Amino acid sequence: MSSTAIHHTLEHSGHGHDDHGHHHETFLTKYIFSQDHKMIAKQFLITGIIMGVIGMFLSILFRIQLGWPDQSFPLLETFLGKWAEGGRIKPDFYLALVTIHGTIMVFFVLTAGLSGTFSNLLIPLQLGARDMASPFLNMLSYWFFFIASVIMMSSFFIESGPASAGWTIYPPLSAVPQAIAGSGLGMTLWLISMVFFIASSLMGALNYISTILNMRTKGMDLWKMPLTIWALFLTAILGVLSFPVLVAGVVLLIFDRSFGTSFYLSDLVIQGQVMPQQGGSPILFQHLFWFLGHPEVYIVIMPALGITSEVIATNSRKPIFGYHAMVYSLIGITILSFIVWGHHMFVTGMNPFLGGVFMITTLIIAVPSAVKTFNYLATLWRGNIRFTPAMMFAIGLVSFFISGGLTGIFLGNAALDINLHDTYFVVAHFHLVMGSAAIFGMLCGVYHWFPKMFGRMMDDKLGYLHFWLTFIGAYLVFFPMHFMGLDGVPRRYYAFTEFEFMKEWLTVNTFVSWAAIVAALGQIAFLWNFFNSIFNGKKATQNPWQSNTLEWTTPVEHIHGNWPGEIPSVYRWPYDYSKPGHDEDFILQTTPFSETMSSNLPHDFEGNAEAERIQLEWERQHQAEKV
Amino acid sequence: MTAITMKNSFEQDRVNLRPKKFLMWLFIITSFMLFAALTSGFIVYTAGDPSRGIKMLLPSVFNYSSVAIILSSITMHLAYKSAKELKFSSQRLYLLLTLALGVIFFVLQVSAWKSFIASGVYFVNPNASQSFLYVLTGTHLLHIVGGLAVLINAYRGSVKNIVQYRNLFKMELASIFWHFLDILWIYLYVFLLLNQ
Repeated sequence: MSSTAIHHTLEHSGHGHDDHGHHHETFLTKYIFSQDHKMIAKQFLITGIIMGVIGMFLSILFRIQLGWPDQSFPLLETFLGKWAEGGRIKPDFYLALVTIHGTIMVFFVLTAGLSGTFSNLLIPLQLGARDMASPFLNMLSYWFFFIASVIMMSSFFIESGPASAGWTIYPPLSAVPQAIAGSGLGMTLWLISMVFFIASSLMGALNYISTILNMRTKGMDLWKMPLTIWALFLTAILGVLSFPVLVAGVVLLIFDRSFGTSFYLSDLVIQGQVMPQQGGSPILFQHLFWFLGHPEVYIVIMPALGITSEVIATNSRKPIFGYHAMVYSLIGITILSFIVWGHHMFVTGMNPFLGGVFMITTLIIAVPSAVKTFNYLATLWRGNIRFTPAMMFAIGLVSFFISGGLTGIFLGNAALDINLHDTYFVVAHFHLVMGSAAIFGMLCGVYHWFPKMFGRMMDDKLGYLHFWLTFIGAYLVFFPMHFMGLDGVPRRYYAFTEFEFMKEWLTVNTFVSWAAIVAALGQIAFLWNFFNSIFNGKKATQNPWQSNTLEWTTPVEHIHGNWPGEIPSVYRWPYDYSKPGHDEDFILQTTPFSETMSSNLPHDFEGNAEAERIQLEWERQHQAEKV
Repeated sequence: MTAITMKNSFEQDRVNLRPKKFLMWLFIITSFMLFAALTSGFIVYTAGDPSRGIKMLLPSVFNYSSVAIILSSITMHLAYKSAKELKFSSQRLYLLLTLALGVIFFVLQVSAWKSFIASGVYFVNPNASQSFLYVLTGTHLLHIVGGLAVLINAYRGSVKNIVQYRNLFKMELASIFWHFLDILWIYLYVFLLLNQ
């Protein structure tokens, strides 16, 4: 009724309908400059996958160097030219490879590809909204991301090569063009690309937060939201609070690079020449960078954790264990992530007392993380588990989160960090806990929501093949690195042939490189499965996983506005799986309690006395009938 | 039937401006964080060594520019109030006044840079605390440019006689943002005064 009233008011106020894009869609407005959140989600996903493949390919290139440092591969010279003269990757280019690999994976794949895809897809669908708060801003967010990706990749086509100061771009290396070839134009392109990227992320995050807080359907209060939405919500908050700080750090770096200021630079002598800048503080950059950088790793992992919560509950056919604890631990992680950045800087000459403070806050993060892990395990416990490919990846995430998280306790310790800092132990730690875990969360989401995105199913067998190759591959790649790190082998080194004590790790490096190559080849199974299924997959049913959440009440065929009629109302939380007394093992969020009298429990009514009375009445009658 | 319901509900989303207004508040949080980062950076840098610091008295131009921006906040509020009371001509007048005061603020800030240079405080400076003066005021000025754009947008809407609820929406966005810029400058000025 009310909607009709508003409609009429508008007609009378002479408000035209001419600016409705969705009535006459052209190819351009439907597939390219789309403002439909579902299409934007697909754009983010496919761009993210392409960037992921590129990032992975770069890692194979530097793994070839690390695995066979003395061997020549003429093919490399054919493709890379002077960056691989004589078939061997040059040290400068090696550094560019690790830099761009890190940048692409952390930002372009696991931030934009992961949050961008699933926030756009799931927020309106799981909350019951027609679209985002500002569809236009949403479109802009994707296109800024696209431009950022193009600029980042373009740095491979310039004379001096891409940025090569590491993904953390610490000055002075990144600030002085004479210091390394990559700090010239390549670094400039890196910075421009990141400016676009940050703008894209912020536009996205603002939209997600505003949509979640303002556009939920009737009945969807915060405590009825699926955990995916909670995770995406808190991720967006992290982005809003931390990306501007990176902007500040980057702006000062740009001034140092291009205007000759000395925020970060001091006492530099390059090739016998004294640099003019004096009085700067390189540590200042690290503070600004890691104030973003640390929340960034939670921006990467939290959506993955949210997706897994949903998938594990659905496929265990059990309510998620400790829903409130899950939410509070996400909130705890969000808050704590802002007061731990110092643990990246233990060896910068930090005051030991301050180091102690950062150490304590860091170790406290183990608490919410452990709460989440145990809740996953408790959800799986005695569940009626369906091992779909998505479920396999979700369980894989839990595995990586545990094995990678444990080493975090070592690294968070200021004293142990003196030994472990900048060794392969760190590489192993974060590749497991945020790299592999987050990518598994993302893949889990892709397998789970593929039918929602494309209306077709992915092939299960290829999914299992993909899972096992990736899962075993990732462990074979990263597990040995722990031992290298404990032995003191430093990260970012070009070759381990010059130091006696590192030589014994050469064979391990060869092994790791083989494992990486096999795991990378395993991704072909995924790529084929993904792109082939878009066109040739089995047609999906409306609710293929028998899930409770709202997105599965929309028709398989996509329409702009998601629901053909009115948006459904929500009556219950999203985790009513296998509820005793109900004839099915799932109850949609849109099913009112009046339709499930046989399975209602006293606490379902949240203290509503009238509802409780009706339920009691019904139970008494029912009892009487039985007798 | 269903098509009509959906169209209506789209219409509702378009007319429902609350989420869009909320976007402005969120944007303010991002720019607040940007300035929090810059001022924290200033503190961390300056505390690092006794040779660092502003080490000069701030030019008196800042007093005048502060007065200008506070006045502009008042006119902004008056413009918003007139819009609410359907007094469109005075709404436009106050908007123009706000715009003019904004431009005056801009000019005064730039002249403050000139007085920095006159007293030998350059942007390229081994004492980066003094470079920070330019960064802080410059970043704020960039925001002022954005704020002027928002004001002009609201003014154009008013001249074109757009529907009142859109007009009010634009005025609300403009006033939220402009008051924020005012408060932001006061924060920066007090911060710099305490550190001079």
